[in-house]
Amino acid sequence: MERVVREYTSIREIRGPLLVVDGVSDAAYDEIVEVELPTGEKRRGRVLETARGYAVVQVFEGTTGITPMGTKVRFLARTLEVKVSEEMLGRVFNGLGEPIDGGPPVIHGEWRDVNGDPLNPAARAYPEDFIQTGISAIDGMNPLVRGQKLPIFSGSGLPHNMLAAQIARQATVRGEGEEFAVVFAAIGVMYDEAMFFRKFFEETGAIKRTAMFLTLAEDPPMVRLVTPRVALTLAEYLAFEKDMHVLVILTDMTNYAEALREISAAREEVPGRQGYPGYMYSDLASLYERAGRVQGKKGSITQMPILTMPNDDITHPIPDLTGYITEGQIVLSRELWNRGIYPPVNVLMSLSRLKGEAFDRTREDHANVADQLYAAYSRAVELRSLAAIVGEESLSEVDRRYLRFAELFEQRFIKQGFYENRSIEETLDIAWEILAVLPESELYRIKDEYIRKYHPKYRRRRIAAEAEAKTA
Amino acid sequence: MPVVGRIVRVSGPLVVAEGMKGAQMYEMVEVGEERLVGEINRMSGDLAFIQVYETTTGLRPGEPVYGTGSPLSIELGPGLLQSILDGIGRPLSAIKEVAKSPFIKRGIKVPTLPRDKKWSFEPNKEIRPGAKVGPGDVLGYVQETPLIRHAIMVPPDVSGVVEDIVGEGDYTVTDTIAVVRTPGGEKKELKLMHKWPVRRPRPVARKFDPVLPLITGMRVLDTFFPMAKGGTGAIPGPFGSGKTVTLHSLAKWSDARVIVYIGCGERGNEMTEALQKYPKYKDPWTGRPLLERTILIANTSNMPVAAREASIYTGVTIAEYYRDMGYDVLLVADSTSRWAEALREIAGRLEEMPAEEGFPSYLASRLAEFYSRAGRAQVPGSPKRIGSVTIVGAVSPPGGDFTEPVTANTKRFIRVFWALDARLAYSRHYPAINWIMSYSAYVDLVAKWWMENIDPRWKQYRDEAYKLLLREDELKEIVRLVGTEGLSEKDKLILEAARLLREGFLQQNAFDPIDAFAAPKKQWKQLYAIMEFYHAAMRAVEEGVPVKYIREKLGTLLRELVMTRYKVPNDKVEEIDKLLNEILAKLDEAVKEYKAQTVAA
Repeated sequence: MERVVREYTSIREIRGPLLVVDGVSDAAYDEIVEVELPTGEKRRGRVLETARGYAVVQVFEGTTGITPMGTKVRFLARTLEVKVSEEMLGRVFNGLGEPIDGGPPVIHGEWRDVNGDPLNPAARAYPEDFIQTGISAIDGMNPLVRGQKLPIFSGSGLPHNMLAAQIARQATVRGEGEEFAVVFAAIGVMYDEAMFFRKFFEETGAIKRTAMFLTLAEDPPMVRLVTPRVALTLAEYLAFEKDMHVLVILTDMTNYAEALREISAAREEVPGRQGYPGYMYSDLASLYERAGRVQGKKGSITQMPILTMPNDDITHPIPDLTGYITEGQIVLSRELWNRGIYPPVNVLMSLSRLKGEAFDRTREDHANVADQLYAAYSRAVELRSLAAIVGEESLSEVDRRYLRFAELFEQRFIKQGFYENRSIEETLDIAWEILAVLPESELYRIKDEYIRKYHPKYRRRRIAAEAEAKTA
Repeated sequence: MPVVGRIVRVSGPLVVAEGMKGAQMYEMVEVGEERLVGEINRMSGDLAFIQVYETTTGLRPGEPVYGTGSPLSIELGPGLLQSILDGIGRPLSAIKEVAKSPFIKRGIKVPTLPRDKKWSFEPNKEIRPGAKVGPGDVLGYVQETPLIRHAIMVPPDVSGVVEDIVGEGDYTVTDTIAVVRTPGGEKKELKLMHKWPVRRPRPVARKFDPVLPLITGMRVLDTFFPMAKGGTGAIPGPFGSGKTVTLHSLAKWSDARVIVYIGCGERGNEMTEALQKYPKYKDPWTGRPLLERTILIANTSNMPVAAREASIYTGVTIAEYYRDMGYDVLLVADSTSRWAEALREIAGRLEEMPAEEGFPSYLASRLAEFYSRAGRAQVPGSPKRIGSVTIVGAVSPPGGDFTEPVTANTKRFIRVFWALDARLAYSRHYPAINWIMSYSAYVDLVAKWWMENIDPRWKQYRDEAYKLLLREDELKEIVRLVGTEGLSEKDKLILEAARLLREGFLQQNAFDPIDAFAAPKKQWKQLYAIMEFYHAAMRAVEEGVPVKYIREKLGTLLRELVMTRYKVPNDKVEEIDKLLNEILAKLDEAVKEYKAQTVAA
C-alpha cells in the first residue's frame, strides 16, 4: 500500500470495541489505525469494513475513554506487521511483539504481516521425523512427529502446563541431538501461569532458545487475537528462513476463542453454535495450519496448542472445531489425575494422526504393541464397568487378567515423573512387561515374530539359553 | 463488452461494486488493481455483490472491478489427471512456480491446463470433413496417462458439420484440431480443451439404475453397506473417528477408473500426503501408480473461504467430464460441512435471513443439486458409452451430533450412510463404521452382481451375518445387566460368532499391506468361513457341548481365522477353505471327545 497516513476526527459511533469513522473513502480492508485520545494516549486498531464515506475500526485496547470529540484516528497505510528476527530468542514480549523484559527493542529484523499467507499444499513436505518426548503415554501410543500440530485437551485444574513444559524440555529428534527453538504464546492466561512458564524456562536454561509472548487475562480481547499470530509469524521466520526446528506452544486457546466470540458479538454478527461466530473453524484453521514442513527447507514448525475444555466437555465448539483441524489430540483425564496419576493422559480418547509415520522410524514392534495396548486397555475398561455391576468374581479368569493389566498399564506405563525422560525402547519394554500379564492367545494384534522376539517369556528363555551356551 | 465498475464497500470476502449494471449473475469478475478473482452472487440496481476467492486485505473503495462476461468456468482437457488444483481450478504447483515461495500469494493467474505441453492426438477415423457431429461425439483420443485414454469430445453446446479435422500428431490444448460449421453458419474451432461453467451440470442422454457395486476392498462397506457405481453416499463422523483414513482408502482402492478428491476446508498435510504417496501406491486393479488416475482439488481450511464454496462445483464438473468419456468416476468430497460453513459465512456477509444454526435457507437445495449430479448414465454422442459419477461426501457434525442441519439434510439426498462412531474408534475398531446406524439402499440392486460373479449364496450369508450382529447388540444389553453367565449356551455362541465377525471381518487395518484391500472373493471366503463355523458350532451346542469347551479346544484355530485378514493375500484365498476344513474337523473331534467324557463321567 503506497499511500500516505490520513488523519480524521469524525467518529460517528462507538460500540463495544468498534469505532465508525465518517468521511473516509479510501481506508483499506485490514489497514492498521492509530487512535490518539485527547489525553495523548495512543491505541491501535484495524479496519474491519471499509466503504465509500465511512470505515469501521476495531480498537485493540478497547474503547474505554474514547470520546468522539477531539479523538484523532490515523490510518497508517499498512497492515498489522511485526518485526521478527533471531534476536527474539531468549526474550519476553507482549502480545503485539514489543519487549517487556526491560531489554532493548528488536533492532535487526524483517517486518512481516502477522496474518501470513496460506502454505501451498504442493510446497509442503509431509511430516515424518519421530519426536521423542520421553513420555510413554505419548511416545508409546500416540507418537508425535516434527511438523505436526497436536493439541492438549485439558480441563481447569489439570496439569496441562506441567505436561507442556515437560515436553518442551525433553522433546528431541533422536540421532540429531538438535534442540527445538521454542516459541511460546500465552493468550489471556493468569499471571501465575505465565510466571510458571517463565521460571521453568529460566531454571532449565531453555530460555536461551525460547521467545515468549505474554498476554494476560486482563488484556483486551483484540490483543488476544493478535498474540498467536505474532508468535506464529516469528515461528515461520525461524523455521523457513533460519532453518530452525521450532516448537510452538499456544496456551490457552479457550481464551482465544472467547475473545473471538466477544468481538463477533460486538459486531452483531449472526452467531453459530453457542454464540461462537460461524467462521470460528476458518479462523482457528488460519492459526493451526501454520505448522508443518516445506520442501527444500530444513526447518519445521511443530505446534502444541493447549485448551481447557469448558466443563470437561469434548463436544464443546472449541475442542470440537480444534479436533477437526489438528492432527490428533492428547486428552487429559480428571479421573486419572484424581487418582494421582501424572501425566493423566486418557489414551483411549487421544490420537496422533501421524503416528504411522513415527512407527515407521522407531522399533519394528512399535505399531503392533501400540495397537495391542489400545485394544487390551479398551477391553479392560469395559470389563471394569461390568465388574462394578456384576462383581469381579463372576468374570472369567481371562477377564480378571485384563483387570490386572489395566491396573499395571495405568500405574507403570502411563504414570511417570515430571523429570522422568524415557527412551522409546524403555517405553516399549514396559509395554511388553505389562502385556505379558495377558495370555499369549489374546495378543492377536501382534505378529508372531515380534512376540517371539520381544515377549518377556521368550526373551528370558533366550537369555537363559544364551547364558547356558556360554557356560557350556 | 464486459463492464468495469468501482468498489464501494469491502467486508471480508464480500466486495460491493457500483456501475455493474451490464454484468450478469454468477459472472466471474476481477477485483481491484491486483485483479483478484471473484464471482457476482447478488445484483441490486447497478450494485453487484461479489464474493472474492482471494484474501481482500488492502482492498479499498474506489478500486476498479472488471467483468469477464462469462460465468465461473473450468478448463476441461488433457492434463487434469495427476494435478492438484485450488478451488477455482488453478494448479497449485504452477502457483508455487510463479510465486517463487512456499506460500500462496494473491492475484496469481495460471491456467488450469499447461499451455506448452504437447499431446499426441489420434483422430477418430470415422470423423471426416463433411460429417455431421453433435455434442459428445468423439473426435479422437489422447493417452493422458498410461491408465486413461482421454476422449476429445465435441462440447455439449456445439453441433454442425465438420469442415476440417487435423491428422495424427502432437498438439497443445489450444491448437485447433477441428472446425465445425454450426447450423447458424458460424465456424467453431474445436481444441483439445473446452471450458464449462462449473455450476451447470453437464447433460446426459439417459440415466440408469445403479446396479453395479463400487468395490472398495473394505469388507464392512462392500458386504454390509455396498456403494453402487453412480450412487451417492455420506460418511459422517466426529473428529478422530477415522473419516480421513476411510476416505483415503476409498480413493486408493475403489474400482473406479478416475478419482476426483476434493479437500474442501480440510488439512493441508492431507493433500500433501496424497501428492507424495499416491505416486508410490499401486492401483490394485491395474498395478499402476495411483496418481495416474487421480485429480486432487485442495482448498484447505486456511485458504480463502469463498473458493471453498466453489471447489465442490469445480470437482463435480471434472468428474462429469470424465464420465462423459465413458469412465466410472468416484468423487470424494471432504468435507461437505466445511462447504456448508462457507455458504453460511457468505450468506451472513450478504445479511441474508438465517435458518437453522445460521445456515442459509437454501442449504438443502444446494445439497440436493450437488448430489443430483451423481448417477450412472448413457452419455451423449457416439460411439455409445456408459459412464458414472459416484459421490461420497464426508460430513463433520459438530460434537458428533447427527441431528445438526448438514447431516440431517444430507441424509435426504444420499442412499448410503456410513456412520462413523467415536466409541468404536476409541477402542481402535477400524474402520469405525457403526453397523447399527449405517445403511445402504443398494444391497438388493448389487446382490445380483455378487451372486453371479462371486457366489449364489452371497445374499443369504450376508443377511444372516448381519442379523447375528444385530442380535449381539441386543444380547450386550442383557449382559450389561446380568453378566455373561446368565445367558443360554446358544446366545453365548452368538456372542462368540459376532466377536469373530467384528475382529475378523468388520475390522480392517488400512495400513497393513495385505489387510488394507480385500478382494470380493476374499471377503466372501472370510464371511463364509466364519458363518460355517457358526453353523457347525450351533449344531454342537444343540447336542449339549458348552461354548466354553469349544473355545478351549479351538482357541488357536479361531485366532488363525481372525488372522486370515493379515495372512491370506487376495490370490491365495483357498487357504481360508483349508483353514475352515481344519476347524470343522477339530470341532467334530471336540464334540466326540466331549461326549466320550460325559459318558465316562
